[in-house]
Amino acid sequence: MQFALMIYHTPQEFDMRKKDYSDPHLGAWRAYYKALVEAGVYVGANALEVPETGTTVRLKEGKRRVQDGPYADTKEQLAGFIILELPSIDAALEWAARCPGASIGAVEVRPLAPEAMRRGFTG
Amino acid sequence: MNETNQEATRRTVERVARESYGRLVAYLSVHTHDLASAEDALSNALVSALTHWTQQGVPQNPEGWLMTAARRSLIDVIRHQRVALASEPTLKLLQQDSTETMTGTEFPDERLKLLFVCAHPAIDPAMHTPLMLQTVLGLEAARIGQAFLIAPKTMGQRLFRAKTKVRSGGIPFEIPQEHDLPERLEAVLEAIYAAFGIGWDDMVGADQRGRNLAEEGIWLARVLLQLMPTEGEVQGLLALMLHCEARRSARRGPDGRYIPISEQDPKLWSLPLIQEAERHLAEAFQRDRVGRFQLEAAIQSVHAERARSGRTEWPAIARFYEQLVRISPALGTRIGYAAAVAEANGPEAGLKLLDDIKAEAMSGYQPYWAVRAHLLQRIGKVSDATDAYDRAIGLAEDPAIKEFLLQKRC
Repeated sequence: MQFALMIYHTPQEFDMRKKDYSDPHLGAWRAYYKALVEAGVYVGANALEVPETGTTVRLKEGKRRVQDGPYADTKEQLAGFIILELPSIDAALEWAARCPGASIGAVEVRPLAPEAMRRGFTG
Repeated sequence: MNETNQEATRRTVERVARESYGRLVAYLSVHTHDLASAEDALSNALVSALTHWTQQGVPQNPEGWLMTAARRSLIDVIRHQRVALASEPTLKLLQQDSTETMTGTEFPDERLKLLFVCAHPAIDPAMHTPLMLQTVLGLEAARIGQAFLIAPKTMGQRLFRAKTKVRSGGIPFEIPQEHDLPERLEAVLEAIYAAFGIGWDDMVGADQRGRNLAEEGIWLARVLLQLMPTEGEVQGLLALMLHCEARRSARRGPDGRYIPISEQDPKLWSLPLIQEAERHLAEAFQRDRVGRFQLEAAIQSVHAERARSGRTEWPAIARFYEQLVRISPALGTRIGYAAAVAEANGPEAGLKLLDDIKAEAMSGYQPYWAVRAHLLQRIGKVSDATDAYDRAIGLAEDPAIKEFLLQKRC
């Protein structure tokens, strides 16, 4: 089954990324990626720009509401995600703990919706 | 009743609970096989102790008081369940006892039976340790979940399932027969060692998620030794854990940096703990059978010797590992063996042993890649070493270990 590892960063961590891309954790991230691929569990992943670059759109009573910034006004913000193919939630938590994001913020582990349901969305 | 009084009572209740929890749960469940009800009854007793002891002072025999209160509560619980037919004899027995033991005379220590129940082969091996931590030490599911990296709710459900199995699966509350004993005891020891924390073996780059349970593991081993004072493997396990515990403060630098055993300052090791470990190990070795835990303790004993001699006898460590691999060829042991052989006979010899390990077994096993990387680096295979370091870093959980490996990779 597939799991999403959603990586949340603190403002400090995002600040570090804004200055340049030589994140001090870059070595750990590369190693983690390599370990995921070699273990044969990697499905896909991506990193997001800093939360201030986000724009949130709603349609209320037919009117557009556009708002600067991310959807949720929380201290820690979504920074990226990884999709993994794993046998169980236990294995997913194991990989989440190894993720560099877990020691510099938080990692939420959530199963993807069942495949039948996902197929329903995409037709 | 003032606040200091309440605070003092709370501390007393906590202390008594810690000392007596397992004894009380074991005694309350030994006939009913119903761990959950025994725990509920005891927790009711602890709550009422908080009120009564604050108002009337702590009783002469706090454990006896708790036993009486818990037993009353258990009778209520069982009545409430309305399983009259099945529990009638139990109910009678409990009531009978309660008239005798009003102010808490001695009651038998049934914890050994409880330990064997927790590590029974009919229970999922992954649940042996959590069950032990909860029923013998009274740890909450949330804290157990932390250590085992399992969501608190999930851990609660798994514990509940395990207890249901104990109650209705016909798991006997008894000390195993002679011919079953070694195997059954092994499971108990394994579970205690798991509580102590996976990866406390001081191997290069081992993770240590379970370290906050180390003290609980030592506590359990001491209880077990009290109950089985002549089992060499029990003493071996205690010696092993005490040796590792002795190095606790030397494992991290002042800045939180990870320090492998070969670079630790022996002056930071705890001499009293080492001496206690050595005493247990010496006694264990005088008995008939040398088992897995005695050998592991012997390896740690050789490491501890460096505090006196200033050097590590790697050939001796390699010999103990060789025996250990023969009786218990676990992945971690084989990697420890390879690392020791590399120190004793050179990195090529160690790498050869690592090459014998099947690829699928080690693909997700961090210590394998850490040792392999270290040995490849020593023979100058830089790019292979970098690859192996990356794998180890990616598989490591502890940030200090990650940092340590990242620095070695450069």
